[in-house]
Amino acid sequence: MAPRTLFDKIWDHHVVETLPDGTSILYIDRHLLHEVTSPQAFEGLRLAGRKLRHPEMTMAVVDHNVPTSDRTKPIEEPESRNQIETLERNVKEFGVPYFPLLSASQGIVHVVGPEQGISLPGMTIVCGDSHTSTHGAMGSLAFGIGTSEVEHVMATQTILQRPAKNMRVTVEGELAPGVSAKDVMLAIIGHIGTAGGTGHVIEFAGSAIRGLDMAGRMTICNMSIEAGARAGLVAPDDTTFDYVRNRPFAPKGEDFENAVTFWRTLATDDGAHFDKEVSLRAEDIAPSLTWGTSPETVLPITGTVPDPAQEPDESKRVQMQRMLDYMGLEAGQKIAGTPVDVVFIGSCTNSRIEDLRAAAQVAAGRKVADGVRAMIVPGSGLVKMQAEEEGLDQIFLDAGFEWREAGCSMCLGMNPDKLTPGQRCASTSNRNFEGRQGPGGRTHLLSPAMAAAAAVTGCLTDSRELV
Amino acid sequence: MEKFTTLSAVAAALPEDNIDTDKIIPARFLKTTQRTGLGKYAFDSMRYRPDGSENPDFILNKAPWRNAEILVTYDNLGCGSSREHAPWALLDFGIRCVIAPSFADIFFNNCFKNGILPIKLPREVCDQLMSDSTMGSNARLTIDLPRQVVIRPDGEEVPFEIDPFRKHMLLEGLDDIGQTLQHETEIKTFEHKVAGERPWMPTITLD
Repeated sequence: MAPRTLFDKIWDHHVVETLPDGTSILYIDRHLLHEVTSPQAFEGLRLAGRKLRHPEMTMAVVDHNVPTSDRTKPIEEPESRNQIETLERNVKEFGVPYFPLLSASQGIVHVVGPEQGISLPGMTIVCGDSHTSTHGAMGSLAFGIGTSEVEHVMATQTILQRPAKNMRVTVEGELAPGVSAKDVMLAIIGHIGTAGGTGHVIEFAGSAIRGLDMAGRMTICNMSIEAGARAGLVAPDDTTFDYVRNRPFAPKGEDFENAVTFWRTLATDDGAHFDKEVSLRAEDIAPSLTWGTSPETVLPITGTVPDPAQEPDESKRVQMQRMLDYMGLEAGQKIAGTPVDVVFIGSCTNSRIEDLRAAAQVAAGRKVADGVRAMIVPGSGLVKMQAEEEGLDQIFLDAGFEWREAGCSMCLGMNPDKLTPGQRCASTSNRNFEGRQGPGGRTHLLSPAMAAAAAVTGCLTDSRELV
Repeated sequence: MEKFTTLSAVAAALPEDNIDTDKIIPARFLKTTQRTGLGKYAFDSMRYRPDGSENPDFILNKAPWRNAEILVTYDNLGCGSSREHAPWALLDFGIRCVIAPSFADIFFNNCFKNGILPIKLPREVCDQLMSDSTMGSNARLTIDLPRQVVIRPDGEEVPFEIDPFRKHMLLEGLDDIGQTLQHETEIKTFEHKVAGERPWMPTITLD
């Protein structure tokens, strides 16, 4: 057999049938549900008199519009409450395993899946959410789908797909101190652009990627979608297997050993073909952040805001100027030193225990700057508990951060955590689109350490100066 | 799903790259449990001023584009969130066809599932169609799906590519689930095979 990529192998393992025009019926191992993109799909099943084909391969959790404040009180927003109650009715009616709001296991679906051992190497995983790409860090083919496809998976446990193209992004070398997975991914997106991966599945490879822990790999794969890719992947290795071992829903004992034997066969073969290859040197990557309203507008923290006058294409020049106007920035200004109003540490990109430790390292013994609101939103109830066991909550509370309950929160402003017009936010989330964190809000995407540095200095700051 | 065969309609130009699905419909409007009624939120931040009144400068607030059924944009249309609320909002507004040099994958898929035809055409052709669209109601574009052509107001025909399976589904207004369930035997066979090959594969059961 010709050498195959990791993507090719997972694909081949899941093709039920390829139709004459080249579309494949692809089997799905894990279907993850949340309250926002599932109600219309359940309703479709009900109207057609269909059942969920495999509830035991499905998992549901509430995350997008849950409040991150006191949860013993009823949810105030009636529409949010209705969506959550609708999911609770649906999981009961269709028999779906569900982590309720008051369970310690509740959290952001892309944090919960790997944490529970529900997302495993070699699987196909889908969810009605574009950041499903996160689970690719496990060495699984994981991608976001629309609600019609959610209904299709519910009814058939399959999806109709054409194979993606293979792309490899290689980062060789050693990351400089103070440079995190988030900086690596921002640098990659800045390099290839928001459509650089369109039609492709990106495999992240090279010594700098292999050297990352699972949280870092999840941060990278999470933002594959911001590079336009259908999915991101990292080959499963001992780091992956050590992470998976003993997770609640992972295989145990002999089953685990047999699974590992299989998982070891998944890595890309020598000589496999990639349609597109990109390489970066780890040493060239600095702590980075975005200046505009597209995730590709990336700068090192030591950089200056670009000048639209230098852009030869007129439509792009107009768009750049509009971004500067929206963001309240001037061409040529140093990005460091720009004052912030809000700091958000959380989201499926950066809300795991490793992320909170990195932020705490900067926050320890310091105070949140006057006039800045700084929030920490752990990715799950379990992350929150572990952070509390390690005393991180006390570091944050002493510094003046808010210590909140798990959920998507200010990443997309579906719950009460929103920016007001004109507010500038240093955010560890994944999208800086106009209005993403609230109408008129201004988002700078950056790492947990950089976000914490912004909180304690009151402005965008090179976190390396503080550790 | 409504069939798509031919469409002769006003086109509106949004000459921007990277029109993301947050821009098509912001997250705060995703709290519905229905597919319908989202048209009033389409392009909310561009269509309305902060006080809630209509922005008279926005193309979809002007005659005749208020009745546009075709949108022409630049690259990477529909990037970002996978929310199917984006095509639902477009459809509810009245859009049946979107034309761009390139699309984000998930949005592209979601359009087909809702009877919206996404057409990829080179940027310079999109420029021509945008220029046509400024002629207003005198400048109807015609989309002929069976023949796979866009017909410009001057009668010039621009051919486009479409996957044959998706074309068939649109022309017949078919939904995928019924089609896939015709392959029940193959799905069962596959499930049996996997159970043999990977017996360690766990299931999710909660007490």
